[in-house]
Amino acid sequence: MAGAGGGNDIQWCFSQVKGAVDDDVAEADIISTVEFNHSGELLATGDKGGRVVIFQQEQENKTQTHSRGEYNVYSTFQSHEPEFDYLKSLEIEEKINKIRWLPQKNAAQFLLSTNDKTIKLWKISERDKRPEGYNLKEEDGRYRDPTTVTTLRVPVFRPMDLMVEASPRRIFANAHTYHINSISINSDYETYLSADDLRINLWHLEITDRSFNIVDIKPANMEELTEVITAAEFHPNSCNTFVYSSSKGTIRLCDMRASALCDRHSKLFEEPEDPSNRSFFSEIISSISDVKFSHSGRYMMTRDYLSVKIWDLNMENRPVETYQVHEYLRSKLCSLYENDCIFDKFECCWNGSDSVVMTGSYNNFFRMFDRNTKRDITLEASRENNKPRTVLKPRKVCASGKRKKDEISVDSLDFNKKILHTAWHPKENIIAVATTNNLYIFQDKVN
Amino acid sequence: MAGAAGPGRVPGAAGGDGDDSLYPIAVLIDELRNEDVQLRLNSIKKLSTIALALGVERTRTELLPFLTDTIYDEDEVLLALAEQLGNFTVLVGGPDFAHCLLPPLESLATVEETVVRDKAVESLRQISQEHTPVALEAHFVPLVKRLASGDWFTSRTSACGLFSVCYPRASSTVKAEIRQHFCSLCSDDTPMVRRAAASKLGEFAKVLELESVKNEIVPLFTNLASDEQDSVRLLAVEACVSIAQLLSQNDLETLVMPTLRQAAEDKSWRVRYMVADKFSELQKAVGPEITQNDLVPAFQNLLKDCEAEVRAAAAHKVKELCENLPVDGRETIIMNHILPFVKELVSDSNQHVKSALASVIMGLSTILGKENTIEHLLPLFLAQLKDECPEVRLNIISNLDCVNEVIGIRQLSQSLLPAIVELAEDAKWRVRLAIIEYMPLLAGQLGVEFFDEKLNSLCMAWLVDHVYAIREAATNNLMKLVEKFGADWAQNTIVPKVLGMANDPNYLHRMTTLFCINALSEACGQEITTKQMLPIVLKMAGDQVANVRFNVAKSLQKIGPILDSSALHVEVKPVLQKLGQDEDMDVKYFAQEAINVLALA
Repeated sequence: MAGAGGGNDIQWCFSQVKGAVDDDVAEADIISTVEFNHSGELLATGDKGGRVVIFQQEQENKTQTHSRGEYNVYSTFQSHEPEFDYLKSLEIEEKINKIRWLPQKNAAQFLLSTNDKTIKLWKISERDKRPEGYNLKEEDGRYRDPTTVTTLRVPVFRPMDLMVEASPRRIFANAHTYHINSISINSDYETYLSADDLRINLWHLEITDRSFNIVDIKPANMEELTEVITAAEFHPNSCNTFVYSSSKGTIRLCDMRASALCDRHSKLFEEPEDPSNRSFFSEIISSISDVKFSHSGRYMMTRDYLSVKIWDLNMENRPVETYQVHEYLRSKLCSLYENDCIFDKFECCWNGSDSVVMTGSYNNFFRMFDRNTKRDITLEASRENNKPRTVLKPRKVCASGKRKKDEISVDSLDFNKKILHTAWHPKENIIAVATTNNLYIFQDKVN
Repeated sequence: MAGAAGPGRVPGAAGGDGDDSLYPIAVLIDELRNEDVQLRLNSIKKLSTIALALGVERTRTELLPFLTDTIYDEDEVLLALAEQLGNFTVLVGGPDFAHCLLPPLESLATVEETVVRDKAVESLRQISQEHTPVALEAHFVPLVKRLASGDWFTSRTSACGLFSVCYPRASSTVKAEIRQHFCSLCSDDTPMVRRAAASKLGEFAKVLELESVKNEIVPLFTNLASDEQDSVRLLAVEACVSIAQLLSQNDLETLVMPTLRQAAEDKSWRVRYMVADKFSELQKAVGPEITQNDLVPAFQNLLKDCEAEVRAAAAHKVKELCENLPVDGRETIIMNHILPFVKELVSDSNQHVKSALASVIMGLSTILGKENTIEHLLPLFLAQLKDECPEVRLNIISNLDCVNEVIGIRQLSQSLLPAIVELAEDAKWRVRLAIIEYMPLLAGQLGVEFFDEKLNSLCMAWLVDHVYAIREAATNNLMKLVEKFGADWAQNTIVPKVLGMANDPNYLHRMTTLFCINALSEACGQEITTKQMLPIVLKMAGDQVANVRFNVAKSLQKIGPILDSSALHVEVKPVLQKLGQDEDMDVKYFAQEAINVLALA
């Protein structure tokens, strides 16, 4: 193994693990999305039970400069409830598909959360004062004799224990026929997009009764359907540009300046298929499960089943970098198809300086690729080495027959343990990695 | 939480030795923090009552500090609070104390909800006028500066709306500072603030000295108009209107026009849309010469823009643009430079564009006169009347009156009426419905004689349409026609046909007779109602269908007040009594109701 991956020989240490310890996983507890806010001070997770949990980084302790602030629960709320569409006889799951934080606009924090159909805007605010003093009753609710009221009392705000409230501010519903897979906030701070399998809608953050359809790939005859939208995202600073990826492995970049309807893309990113690798599974594994712009806006990263690709926005015909995530699975595609794992949707993320990318794999492994040194590393999220500040040992999967010491054979990988969702702190080397129902937080070792 | 206990009001009113007048106020104050948002809202709306009872001193020292901290409340409560505070100066002790209102409004100006912030800014603008010049510089200007340099963009956006109210009354050093602050907000990091600044640029320019407009505002305007975000650029178009009004023609040409030309050809359709949308204002602001040289060519481009939204916005402005051209040479410009492009739009691929054009195109006929209208416009109208999209057809029909004035009814009817008749028989009932709604208008324009000749039969045919909504609309239509043409006309043309339907084998048509009578009786007056309608209604009381019978009861109730009392007692009463004994429950019910309403019991 060529050194530790992730930047200039970062050594990743265990920091925290959240969630239940026992192996019995309640379906509702399965984490379905992880997202840092823009400062990194808050970390939100959504789960299949429709809950959003927000963790806050504790202020750094000045006496112990080694330990950085841990993340503790800040607020938990039920974002979505299960519903039933009576017209179509369909259950609408409460599962949170995506969470996106809004740029901070005042002392409160705002985020969008979505399930398959409905997007909600939540406000998370703190309150540390409460009013006291009534005219006609005591603070405990007993009524005073009104005849004793001889002067008027104006209530006064008094300090109280900090209370964090989450309140739904807007509900954006009834705009998606298919399942919402992505939401993305525009750099103009006032609009966002939501994408489902066949359409992308543009919303104003303050208007809930109207959205504009900007992409519609639904064929007139559904039998001619060959491709679905798998993810979509706005460019981080060019407010008129967004991309969407498809199940055929292509990425389309659209310019909203050109016309109101973006059915015609302005760029199409696609890598010609390698004929030698062609198989029954080619199309399935080329489906893109996630697309993310780099913070700089120059590049974008896509994740397909076996690899991560980095594209330069100025070059459409092939990616500038390709990283194999778990190439050893190429020979296992048949069994992965049979157990449906081949349809798993792995996400990917950039570090704060765009120099390292991270994505998940099976057996609770996750991978990092350093774009400068071209070194990569496989790490494991597990409870076994969960003493704070223990350095994570790199893992290696052995593809062929001869297994060296410390290597894991492909056949012994646990495909039920998968890491689909990861997030990287926007400024620091702190990462959040979701295993099925646990959230692991790792950080680099500070000397 | 104490507030959770019990209802908001104590049972039993105050009495005994307590001060009676304090009790309602005490309730209002307590309800400021009631659990029920409606009660809180109610209290906030009566804030002036509370303040009056507390007196100016306690309002300043107790009520306002409390309100300053109430920013956790629901939006509607905060909105009401922001509004109340704008009229609070008297209640805190007059202009000398107006600055006491700044803290609560300042905190409201930073909340996330735009409507609340905007209202807080509006109230701040209001009370800024009540500050003395000294207080303005001591309290108000520092508040503006605080907001302008706030950490979060919400406070900075609110600041943008306050510069123009404090600038005129500030001293020259403070003025320079205010300009500096505004300038830095125009290049703020967040697009939200740049947008707020761009939208207030015109308003701010109006209160500035002309030199500052040229030296400072114009560069800001140029920058905002070339902002990287199109959402900012498009707001600069609006500012363009205000700035243009302040400058001389020469300055306009050198300082503003390059930017405006650029905006009209912006890469983003939203910016071009804005130019199209604001075209009339721009045209007025830059004057006739620049309009002719610059705006007309720009308008041609907008009319053939590649984005349908832009074409539609431009099409909407065709009439206004033509109207506002200088009368001298107007016809030539329109005929040579506008009409060729308009002709293209008649067959546009997008129905919104065609519909936008159809809503204004008829207005051109008054501008161009009879001959041009007949030769050039009528073919366009006809084409649009035959358009596949109903909205286009309707927009043409609803504007027929302006063409009527120019070319006269005969000409109009020969060319357009066949198309209208065709629409009246359209297979889509919603189209028929829309045509019916225009009938009274058409009738007014065409006159009674012409109407009888061409359209009357249509109106009668609708009465037996197989869609209820059409029959109902046709009934209302008859009423409006009678209002227009009078009772005599009704008696001769309408009433016989309507009453004839009372013998129709289809009970739905028989009921239509009753509905028509309901609608027409008032317009026709007592005589026709008593002599012609009443006998038919009474006869129908023996109908074999219960629905018809109870509608007879309803009709009698409706026309009863029009009849004289002898008819009521001699003719109506026995019939209703008989229906009151009907075997059908509904018939009995409505008969009884009619007897009660008409006081025949």
